Amino acid sequence: MSGVGLLLFVLIVGLTLVITYWAAKRTKTASEFYTAGGGLTGWQNGLAIAGDYLSAASFLGIAGAIALNGFDGFFYSIGYLVAYLVVLYIVAEPLRNLGKYTIADMITARFDQKKVRAVAALSTITIVIFYMIAQLVGAGALIQLLLGIDYWVAVLLVGVMMTTYVLFGGMTATSWVQITKAVLLMIGTVVISFLVLAKFNFSIFTMFSEMKTLTPLGEDYLNPGVKYKVPLDTISMMAALVLGTAGLPHILMRFFTVKDAKTARSSVVTATWVVGIFYILTIFLGFGAAAFVGSEDIIAANAAGNMAAPLLAKALGGDFLMSFVSAVAFATILAVVAGLVLSGASAFAHDIYGQIIKKGQITEKQQMLAARYASISVSILSIILALFAQKMNVAFLVSLAFCVAASANLPVILYTIYWKKFNTAGAVTGMLTGLFTALVLVAISPNVLNPVAGAAILVGDPIFPLTNPAIVSIPAGFIGAYIGTVVANRHNEKKYAEVMVKANTGVK
Amino acid sequence: MDNLAKEGASQQNKYDFEKIASTPEFKQLMKAKKKFLVPVSAVFLFLYFLLPILTSYSTILNTPAIGAISWTWVYSLSLFIMTWVLCMVYVKRAARYDKMAEALIEKYNQGDKSL
Repeated sequence: MSGVGLLLFVLIVGLTLVITYWAAKRTKTASEFYTAGGGLTGWQNGLAIAGDYLSAASFLGIAGAIALNGFDGFFYSIGYLVAYLVVLYIVAEPLRNLGKYTIADMITARFDQKKVRAVAALSTITIVIFYMIAQLVGAGALIQLLLGIDYWVAVLLVGVMMTTYVLFGGMTATSWVQITKAVLLMIGTVVISFLVLAKFNFSIFTMFSEMKTLTPLGEDYLNPGVKYKVPLDTISMMAALVLGTAGLPHILMRFFTVKDAKTARSSVVTATWVVGIFYILTIFLGFGAAAFVGSEDIIAANAAGNMAAPLLAKALGGDFLMSFVSAVAFATILAVVAGLVLSGASAFAHDIYGQIIKKGQITEKQQMLAARYASISVSILSIILALFAQKMNVAFLVSLAFCVAASANLPVILYTIYWKKFNTAGAVTGMLTGLFTALVLVAISPNVLNPVAGAAILVGDPIFPLTNPAIVSIPAGFIGAYIGTVVANRHNEKKYAEVMVKANTGVK
Repeated sequence: MDNLAKEGASQQNKYDFEKIASTPEFKQLMKAKKKFLVPVSAVFLFLYFLLPILTSYSTILNTPAIGAISWTWVYSLSLFIMTWVLCMVYVKRAARYDKMAEALIEKYNQGDKSL
């Protein structure tokens, strides 16, 4: 690693620590810890959402996927973006109006029972843990490649950083780390895209026609079907992407950091523009890497293609640009894992400890203490799991996280806001059905069972044929919630009137 | 925040939610929202899922559209434009819903709450 590279890393780490120091002085109450006191503006939160959402999987993963598989890699970009319409149209505003710190808050605004909160917290924790292991394992491998340090050192480094941000600076530090990262990521992406386009004489048409001859795939490079050959699997994956975002706890938590539904709405709008522009530019990152690095070199550096973007930066702008892009990738990882720690900690400390064990009878000081202990616990648990998961193929963990979010959380969120007859039993059965259907189907899918030794965790024939179970598990979540509701057959219309009025007018 | 419990108690008496929910203004607001959100959500989800369905079961989108760019890419980029347009359209609509909600709460606050 070059001197410039090291300097950029130190600068980014230093900057985030300054942010944390500044934020720590503003983090004294539980509300400040979990939601930055609800004081973020629309564009700040919009950038933070983008920073929270554009994970290393997006930046490095999609660039690599497009470089190696052409159009099939771009499916992710489409799904991840259109998901924001679901968030904006259906979830963001009611969530802001009904919730306080967590998704469980929102669901228990209607069904104030411990078991509902417990199940909601369970699904949040499950999603956070899977997502976190995927991010940390990916981060460890990436930093190992970028900095040339051991995997376990890399995981510990990221782990210590994320714990520091959350522990001392809570949501304020996390938000500003995410905002900083979003800005850096956009700068890096725009610069690289510009350089790629310049190589094609600033003509998109030239780029597309030349891409037909520049890769080993030939004309097929620009057509779908290179990677995804099972139709139902492709559709299932697309379902998880578009519906999963609206159930991801660390994204939904961001809506509590603004003062009202109107600001929540404007933050989704900012996020949609930023995220959309980024995903359009993934075409240039992917095409550029395929054309100017070449699939052979990309695969040689990392079989999954994760090094495509840094290698492209090197090919176009030399060591300096590569160092910058690597530093941005590092910031990307930090911003995402910090958001994950915070949402995991809120489920443990606020939902399970504060509301279920202590029944809400808890002082401000105790809340803060619980939140901090929970943050440390979530961090340590994730670091340990990530150290053991090094050899694991992590791609399925991310798809599992989206799947659980879409199957366990989204149906219940939707029914809570929009279905008059929905009841406690329906909420519990819906979340549990969605959660366990997704978990069980993945456990017997080709991700885990593969007849070729070493291709998956276990050797054997997959019992469930699809790698992504969303197409079965999302309907299962909806049906589970429906059956639970109908069987219990009682509902509280008065409570629903309250939820409806609160969700749609913002009165408290 | 120590007076959270007190606040909660006073808030409970502030609004009669069932009464608000039964006002014609609130019903109108819900109807307006439904009329926009349900069909538009159905359409954008349909257009979204149509892409993998078309690319998985046919090669119809592989034909060139503009120069070397095939319909697959044109369709995909249209989904981006669709997202941005629907985003802005919703913001415009939502400003109207905000006004309706504000007006009905204001009217309620001015009215006799014991009714």
